[in-house]
Amino acid sequence: MAEKLQLEVVTPKGAVVSEAVDLVTAPGYAGEFGILANHAPFLSTIKIGVLNYKKDAQVEDLMVSGGFCEVSNNKVTFLVESAERGAEIDVDRALRAKERAEKRLAEAMTQREKIDRTRAEAAMQRALSRLRVAERRKPK
Amino acid sequence: MANLKDVKVKISGVKKTSQITKAMNMVAAAKLRGAQQKMERFRPYAEKYHTAMGNLSSGMDAAQFPLMEVREVKNVELLVVTSDRGLCGSFNSNILKQTERLMRQLEGEGKKVSLVCVGKKAAQYFKRSGKVRATFTDIMSTFQMFNARAIAQDVAANFLAGGADEVQIMYGRFQSVAVQKPAQRQFLPVKPPEGSGTSGNAAYIYEPSTTEIMDVMLPLYLNVMVYHAMLEVSASEHAARMSAMDNATKACRDMITSLTMIYNKARQAGITAELMDIVGGAEALKG
Repeated sequence: MAEKLQLEVVTPKGAVVSEAVDLVTAPGYAGEFGILANHAPFLSTIKIGVLNYKKDAQVEDLMVSGGFCEVSNNKVTFLVESAERGAEIDVDRALRAKERAEKRLAEAMTQREKIDRTRAEAAMQRALSRLRVAERRKPK
Repeated sequence: MANLKDVKVKISGVKKTSQITKAMNMVAAAKLRGAQQKMERFRPYAEKYHTAMGNLSSGMDAAQFPLMEVREVKNVELLVVTSDRGLCGSFNSNILKQTERLMRQLEGEGKKVSLVCVGKKAAQYFKRSGKVRATFTDIMSTFQMFNARAIAQDVAANFLAGGADEVQIMYGRFQSVAVQKPAQRQFLPVKPPEGSGTSGNAAYIYEPSTTEIMDVMLPLYLNVMVYHAMLEVSASEHAARMSAMDNATKACRDMITSLTMIYNKARQAGITAELMDIVGGAEALKG
């Protein structure tokens, strides 16, 4: 497949990716979705998770947190609050965050404090996505 | 006649002050570069957000979103964004003055005003007014998106609970290194950006539905607005401090020049007086 689509990942700290790619997979509202060239105009919200794109048979992973994604005219734009590559992720920190979130979730289950629980869940998802991205970076 | 030693002490004091102001000027210049860079990096994000919001909200009924609901305005909340530190000329006081003016005007119309202060200067200034609902201080030097999110969430929750019917942001707009102006912008209810959102709106596939997307995007949009105001204020603060310190350094230099003149004059007068004494004494001895 020769045709490519332009991928832009923009965060408040600047553009993270601006490349022509073959395939983008992202964590959408209703689950993961993939986008190829010539996709119909599309707009979806993005959850915390792993975004990956394929370029010349090479796959790159990014950890993204909430935002949304717009597809039109072979251009995919992700507006997310943060995006991190595997190399930028501090695995130890993510592991600690995961443990913390696990503990908080356990506490929140008993106390039923809704706000704490949503926050802990978000923290948990962030930590897990970071770990997944960092994991995939390691040589297979 | 000015005492020689006093003048000398004063000159060295002014010199030390000018060293400090010069250093502060340079620090502000360096920080301004950082703040401006941060602002430039944020610009594409904000712009894309505006267009997407315009695309989405065109042709939608605003009344179905609580965050866009226009109510009869009885309570107005002002979100005042200033810097944490002073010594930046009239930058903060301009924002505060404008806020005060707006407050008086609103109260004149019989509306109740509450305040949310971001930055120490606003918090200190309005402390005794008794209208402050919340303060966020000591974040202006190293703020991040999550700081803005905390503020936006707090204000939005109050708006939804009916504590305020309208929220305005007061901040300092960064126009150039030389010009920073106090500015005002409507925060809540959210006004969709105008002028955009005509190109092929109907052709989009939305996932989930447009209304649900709006539910997610509106709070994020508030974060973007708060973050933007904070970026503008921090860049303006450093720019204002830079020029204030530059002026102070210049004033110090002028003072040193005039003090040196006084010192030299006093010294010369002293020498002349001494000479007169000697000559007078010699004349007397001659008899």
